[in-house]
Amino acid sequence: MKGMIGKKVGMTQIFDEKGNVIPVTVLEAGPCYVTQVRTAEKDGYVAVQLGFGVTKPQRLTKGQLGHLGRNNLPALRHLREFRILADQVDVQEGQQINADAFEKGERVDVIGTSKGRGFAGTIKRHNFHRQPKTHGQSDRERAPGSVGAGTNPGRTIKGLPMAGRMGNDRVTTQNLEVVLVDAERNLIAVRGSVPGAKGGIVLIKPARPRRR
Amino acid sequence: MIDLMKSLVAEDRGHPQVAAGDTVKVHVRIVEGDRERVQIFQGIVIRVRSGGNDANFTVRRIASHGIGVERSFLLKSPRVEKIEVLRRAKVRRAQLYYLRDVRGKAARLKERR
Repeated sequence: MKGMIGKKVGMTQIFDEKGNVIPVTVLEAGPCYVTQVRTAEKDGYVAVQLGFGVTKPQRLTKGQLGHLGRNNLPALRHLREFRILADQVDVQEGQQINADAFEKGERVDVIGTSKGRGFAGTIKRHNFHRQPKTHGQSDRERAPGSVGAGTNPGRTIKGLPMAGRMGNDRVTTQNLEVVLVDAERNLIAVRGSVPGAKGGIVLIKPARPRRR
Repeated sequence: MIDLMKSLVAEDRGHPQVAAGDTVKVHVRIVEGDRERVQIFQGIVIRVRSGGNDANFTVRRIASHGIGVERSFLLKSPRVEKIEVLRRAKVRRAQLYYLRDVRGKAARLKERR
């Protein structure tokens, strides 16, 4: 079982041995704790529940504290489950997982919640083109244009890309290279960007195997 | 969280402080195939941008035929071998972009003593 809950710290750039610049996203990963191991017999599926983010006990409900207290864990703000195969369970409840679970050069997928854009128009949301600013146009610059034919069919087709809520979705960035692991400070740096705002909670998993 | 970010900043490479208006010699390591050599770029610093690992500065020099050449260097990059400050000038702004528009006598800077 390999996976962690982390927090996006921000982006910066670091240099490799040759002096090349690598753009990286720094993630604060861990300490994570195994809060529960779900088994097929008891829960009907196999998963490992991890907790992250030590907080004050009064911030949690008694139910949450009781759940964590079973394994004498500190008050943890974020709990997430990682579905795994039954033969991959190699952790015990109460165990701590630190950033050194991942190593340099490894490939990971990072899951986060994208920045909310609010009610966004079609240009931002669906990459529509802008309409002309001049040539007799007025107030049409960012309009979506035609949304259908005339009397026949007499309605707008369902599923047409239109304006609406954008962002604040679960987004996975796949196959990011781990460039740096700092076990001391529990930091992981991955090449490239990661969804969400600074301070956002992210899940770090080994990259899904890809086709050649 | 901000402190965590700062903890990743590359170590100080022992370069002297550079400021806008300085005349500097920058020794840059250049890799050509499997050979490595050091190239020197000499000119006037027209801007310095701070920012941890991203800190950089731009040097402007007048190449042959009066053609201005500007090159930016990353302050923390291992490719920047050495920076020599030859002269410091008295300047009244942080970005000396006006030097692009002036030439000859007008492009002189008064030395700071």
